[in-house]
Amino acid sequence: MYIYDEYDQQLVEDRVKQFRGQTQRYLAGELSENEFLPLRLQNGLYVQRYAPMLRVAIPYGHISAKQMRKLAFIARQYDKGYAHFSTRQNVQFNWPALEDVPDILAHLAEVQMHAIQTSGNCIRNTTTDQFAGVAADELVDPRPWCEIIRQWSTFHPEFAFLPRKFKIAVNGAEHDRAAIGVHDIGLNVIKNEAGDIGFRVLVGGGLGRTPIVGSQICDFLPWQHLLTYLDAILRVYNRYGRRDNKYKARIKILVKALTPAVFAEKVNAEWAHTKDNETTLTEQEVQRVAKHFTAPDYQQFSGDDADYLAKRDSEKGFNNWAMRNLQAHKVPGYAAVTLSLKPTAVAPGDATDKQMEAAADLAERYSFAELRVTHQQNLVLADVRQSDLYALWQECKEMGFATPNVGLLTDIICCPGGDFCALANAKSIPIAEAIQRTFDDLDYLHDIGDLDLNISGCMNACGHHHVGHIGVLGVDKKGQEFYQVSLGGNSGRDASIGQILGPSFAADEMPKVVSKVIDVYVENRTPEELFLDTFQRIGMAPFKERVYAAAN
Amino acid sequence: MQRLIKNGEIIDETWHLLDKDATLDGLSNSDDLIVPLGLWLEHAHALKARDGGLGVWLDSDEQVEAIAEDLQYFQVVALNFPVFSDGRSYSNARLLRDRYQYPGEVRAIGDVLRDQLFFMRRCGFDAFALRADRNPEEALESFNDFSNTYQSATDQPLPLFRRRA
Ligand code: HEM
Ligand code: SF4
Repeated sequence: MYIYDEYDQQLVEDRVKQFRGQTQRYLAGELSENEFLPLRLQNGLYVQRYAPMLRVAIPYGHISAKQMRKLAFIARQYDKGYAHFSTRQNVQFNWPALEDVPDILAHLAEVQMHAIQTSGNCIRNTTTDQFAGVAADELVDPRPWCEIIRQWSTFHPEFAFLPRKFKIAVNGAEHDRAAIGVHDIGLNVIKNEAGDIGFRVLVGGGLGRTPIVGSQICDFLPWQHLLTYLDAILRVYNRYGRRDNKYKARIKILVKALTPAVFAEKVNAEWAHTKDNETTLTEQEVQRVAKHFTAPDYQQFSGDDADYLAKRDSEKGFNNWAMRNLQAHKVPGYAAVTLSLKPTAVAPGDATDKQMEAAADLAERYSFAELRVTHQQNLVLADVRQSDLYALWQECKEMGFATPNVGLLTDIICCPGGDFCALANAKSIPIAEAIQRTFDDLDYLHDIGDLDLNISGCMNACGHHHVGHIGVLGVDKKGQEFYQVSLGGNSGRDASIGQILGPSFAADEMPKVVSKVIDVYVENRTPEELFLDTFQRIGMAPFKERVYAAAN
Repeated sequence: MQRLIKNGEIIDETWHLLDKDATLDGLSNSDDLIVPLGLWLEHAHALKARDGGLGVWLDSDEQVEAIAEDLQYFQVVALNFPVFSDGRSYSNARLLRDRYQYPGEVRAIGDVLRDQLFFMRRCGFDAFALRADRNPEEALESFNDFSNTYQSATDQPLPLFRRRA
């Protein structure tokens, strides 16, 4: 994990001081609401339905046990005893008082954390694969690149007031767990035939009102040029992106209007001037950063742990959990473990101060004192010995982390929706809960298999509904809360945007609608097909027929 | 009289900033004028023939490329911020300095507020016409907001990674 040196530390402390001054000037009436707005946003502070919300960065999802304890402390001291892990590998506090935010930021700075650029029209927290560095299917570790991007983007003076927010995601594995196709810039770290590292660059992906999958504008960017090329993309966007309409201000609209080919030409023309300047990365810098992400002190095992395998055979509950909540590890005898934050009847991604402390404690005892936050709003212990898994599972059960549903229908991604968010058309958390209650038979859930169900309370798409295999969107129908369903979205490799099933539904119809969709899948699937495969083969018609036939 | 922050000091403003729709009619011959881009493009010849100082100002949706060939005629290039959250003039300033090597004054005009000065200076602005209702003495403090910077910019061509001990 990256450890700050004195420069990094000084910068976050400078920021706390600056924001303390800005908050004081605002409270004293010297800064207007409008002038304070972008300043607080660039420090992650929203003002929403009931109270301010503070969004704290967890850069590319990595967090130490010590930092997790600090979040627990903040939740207890300044909030109502819980925090919300978001789909962008951040954490949000829903009830801090504005006056306390500078103090909260000072507490965070003590453990090398901050809320810089977690909001506002600037370059946001870079996200990546939650299994970076440990996944068996990884080709190149994306984390050093994420940290290099974090430093380059932090207080970038030219790009603090972009037309709109800007998000970069990096993936280095065979599977895309970072959803790079739906980010403003998606970077796929690859090795070419000569073994050199470089990036495949996608640009102009995004969800929101105009969901689009990003277009490739460069098939191999040698690593030295990463930052100058990013500077070129951002400069073209900063100068030419639309500013007259906030719904048309994302880079995706510019790329689409120009066409990806013309956009790429503009970037290359700009880059021709700046390529090879001092921002060109050096071997020394990459090594300096990369040495923070070397493998921990693993024990040597020759293969799978026999006792662990035996326990899986003898205990069904343990086996269910192991099937869903473990990820293959590149080191023999180890596994990456997902701690589920999705038990039924809890807002997805919410964790109490006690749970955060328990997670920190588990990390210290089982996984080199580090954790990851996933964009599915769960936590991960990335380096657990197989021989410890049974004991860990029992502890997880006690703490409510053991819901064996990772990747299943009930592992729902869900935005805060109408319960918390001023922009919502409809509530989203109760819909998630109703669906979780309907699908309470674990064997059936396992039989249905991998299925992403994503819910957003409005078209801002914070819950990523467009890329859910099943997506649910809250809509307003003459002042009533309704829900539009889409099928066939996918955030992985070959990302795709879901298609709308048809007219929207009332809240109480939703569990039934989802059940019918699942029935059509189960009746039509071939033995090897997952939901998405069946949908792609048979298309929308059978689903539509079933759902609306009965509704009439 | 409007005051200006220039090179870290507060000085009295001596230039006249002309409106966007200004014409040649009645222009003083000897005053120091900052003219809108449109007027320059149309009447460069007449403006060059005046005795007073000459500057030009660009709105945020105008591109510095339009004056790239003319920079030797200007003592001041002013870049407008119609609202502080419109960030296009940051890129224009960097291009003026880094690409076209403009040596004269680059001035921020419009909705210029204390909390943006640090970034503006990094991008090559050296003069700031702070919004009239703001106190320039207090604003000076903001140049010390950060003790270091990660990226290269006009004020510091070396990114931190080339300077890190
Ligand atoms: C409760 C307060 C929240 C408000 C007011 C809010 C507001 C918004 C708005 C206005 C957008 C659209 C921006 C655009 O498309 O340009 C957006 C996008 C987004 N929000 Fe939120 N949001 C909130 C909470 C959350 C939470 C809790 C999460 C994570 C679970 C989240 C994740 C996202 C993501 C990932 C996007 C980007 C979708 C895309 O790629 O276009 N938001 N949000
Ligand atoms: S999707 Fe809409 S309702 Fe949900 S959090 Fe985002 S803005 Fe709010």
